[in-house]
Amino acid sequence: MRLRDFPEEELFLQGSAACQGCPGSAALRVAFKALGRETILCVIASCTSVLQSPFPVSALNLPTLNMAFATGGATASGLTAAADRLVARGTFKEKPTILVWAGDGGTYDIGIQALSGAAERNTDFIYVCYNNEAYSNTGTQRSGATPYAAWTSNTTRGKDEWRKDVAQIMVAHGVPYVATASLAYPTDMYRKFAKAKEIKGTRYIEIQAPCPPGWKFPSAHTIKVARMAVQSGMWMLYEHEGGKTTYTAGTQRIIQGQSKLLPVEEYLRAQGRFRHLFSPEKDEERIGEIQGRINHIFETLQFTHKMKEHIMDIELAPPR
Amino acid sequence: MKLVDTGNHFAAWGARLARVEVVSAYPITPQTQVIEEISRFIDEGEMDCEYIPVESEHSAMAAMIGSAAMGVRSFSATSSHGLAYMHELLHWAAGIRLPMVMVNVNRAMGPGWNIWCDHQDALAARDTGWIQLYCASHQEVLDTVIQAYRISEDFKVILPVMVCYDAIFISHSYMQVEVPDQENVDRFLPPFRSLWKLDLDYPLTHGSVIYPDDYEEVRFSMFQGLDNARGAIRRAAEEYRDIIGNYHGDMVETYRIDDADCALVAMGSMASECKMAVDMLRDKGYRCGLVRVRSYRPFPIAELRELLSPMRAVMVLDRGVSFGLEGALFSEVKAAIYGHGDAIVYNLITGLGGRDVRYDLVAERTEAALEGKMAPESNWPSLRLTEHHRVSKRGLEEYWKREGVL
Repeated sequence: MRLRDFPEEELFLQGSAACQGCPGSAALRVAFKALGRETILCVIASCTSVLQSPFPVSALNLPTLNMAFATGGATASGLTAAADRLVARGTFKEKPTILVWAGDGGTYDIGIQALSGAAERNTDFIYVCYNNEAYSNTGTQRSGATPYAAWTSNTTRGKDEWRKDVAQIMVAHGVPYVATASLAYPTDMYRKFAKAKEIKGTRYIEIQAPCPPGWKFPSAHTIKVARMAVQSGMWMLYEHEGGKTTYTAGTQRIIQGQSKLLPVEEYLRAQGRFRHLFSPEKDEERIGEIQGRINHIFETLQFTHKMKEHIMDIELAPPR
Repeated sequence: MKLVDTGNHFAAWGARLARVEVVSAYPITPQTQVIEEISRFIDEGEMDCEYIPVESEHSAMAAMIGSAAMGVRSFSATSSHGLAYMHELLHWAAGIRLPMVMVNVNRAMGPGWNIWCDHQDALAARDTGWIQLYCASHQEVLDTVIQAYRISEDFKVILPVMVCYDAIFISHSYMQVEVPDQENVDRFLPPFRSLWKLDLDYPLTHGSVIYPDDYEEVRFSMFQGLDNARGAIRRAAEEYRDIIGNYHGDMVETYRIDDADCALVAMGSMASECKMAVDMLRDKGYRCGLVRVRSYRPFPIAELRELLSPMRAVMVLDRGVSFGLEGALFSEVKAAIYGHGDAIVYNLITGLGGRDVRYDLVAERTEAALEGKMAPESNWPSLRLTEHHRVSKRGLEEYWKREGVL
């Protein structure tokens, strides 16, 4: 699939209330193209509640239910149970795709209980977390997805803690499909959505969403920053199904040795939220900690890759 | 068909006869029997329904909103802390204008942990935009769940309905009930209808951001919906009587009120106890009657004005308290009849946390009020200091002494 092969029909319409360079609207556009018209959308309190435009207009050309912050997984359970009834009654010929669209606050923090419950029940829906690594909608406060050392409006000297990893938490739930995606790799993202559409049960897709006002970079650099995140190893692209993780696109190329890791310093320098790591003087310690973690992860993955290629086919044990 | 069973099981029967298609609920004492019975109905093929065993009440209500928004008749059951936990979504369900029915087994709020009856849980959810109906018998629970769908799905209403009944007294006691025929219920209750649903052919956005320029109109439409519910509640009660036969009053139920010059006002099972208090007072020569508030929201303003304005005295019983004020029903009865007649209004706050409300106590305190021996304000007639309180106080006093608080 090439970009020019994407369907022409736009289900995310022009004239939305999104900020310039918004990663959320770009992600919605690709996701909607991959999933098509037969989709029921539930938007969880997030930037997407706002960027769809206020009453009485909407940029979302799908039947849409806006819902409260902590409800993503649970609302999907109701939507999908009702859709099953409508299929049984013959109102629907085929069951539509149930899509929940939530931010990292609604996923990592306040909504994790409902998401975990829905995943445990293997609720038949696609859950998307577009992760801009902070509460961007309310003025960029820290979330459970905010990376170590990043400025937010309530971690003004940089966050002290490391982010948690909900995609891996979903892997641990044993759901049929988990994938991560990046705006800089739209064909990879499209393919993952198209694949998820054909799978039954809980599917989780997390998209890293560099936010120009929140991360403090020029609005023309959204895709560039997204690409640097993958190239530096700060964001990893993979999909997990049947107990097996497959790394994709830019991440796969690094693991297979086709491209080198970009020094994380370059990724950090591209964003104002890490400015305090470079001025008034360079914070070698914290930059070193971040680079050290990335190196450790990629050295392990590269080693495993070589082992598989040259010695034996080993896999980590499936989660259950 | 006559059946002897618990109030909880009759609530489940109500959902079954209403042909509910999605049930989402989380277990909480004393509601658990409702969802156990529904899951049994489903497992045994007696009810064609999806049951979602959610992981919290917040999620129970979110799932209800999802299924009702898809255009499917939905049901839930909760109680006390569960109702409090889903409070945010009570606002959402009403605000987005979805028809649905939930039973709430009225249970006290903790701490201290207490699984017994009072009305504090539902009173705290008073201003969410839900219709609230209070039942006084097992038969009324079953009948009201069915009626509630008619009310909720009325095109002039389209708001969720909460059917409230008392923990333990109704939820867990066994009584004989006439279970109506499915055929007759189907004549009374047409298939699910709503004013909107998520529709692939009409991809509209629901529940989006509304600026101050447009918000008040949305809230006013809810206000009108609740107002229209008065008529819908009356019609549902009357048509139910005509088709199925049972009648429990509409907005209110009255007892020996026609020639009365003083009235008791109460809600829930306590109102049945008040009927005996009325009889007792009548035996003593007091011309007393009862008004049971069946619909708390919408509040029966017109009915109370008409019934209570000729009275010389009104005794309001509250099974809950608006802290810092008085009994909530007491306030609202006074507000409803303000400027209509000369009744002096008294208040008993009693029966909290499942304490037994005895008809002789109600009669005795009402007699005291009528004899001018009570102030027209909140009275707590059943308060007492037991050995438990003394033990607890002695323990605290030792702590206070050690900490130098005293």
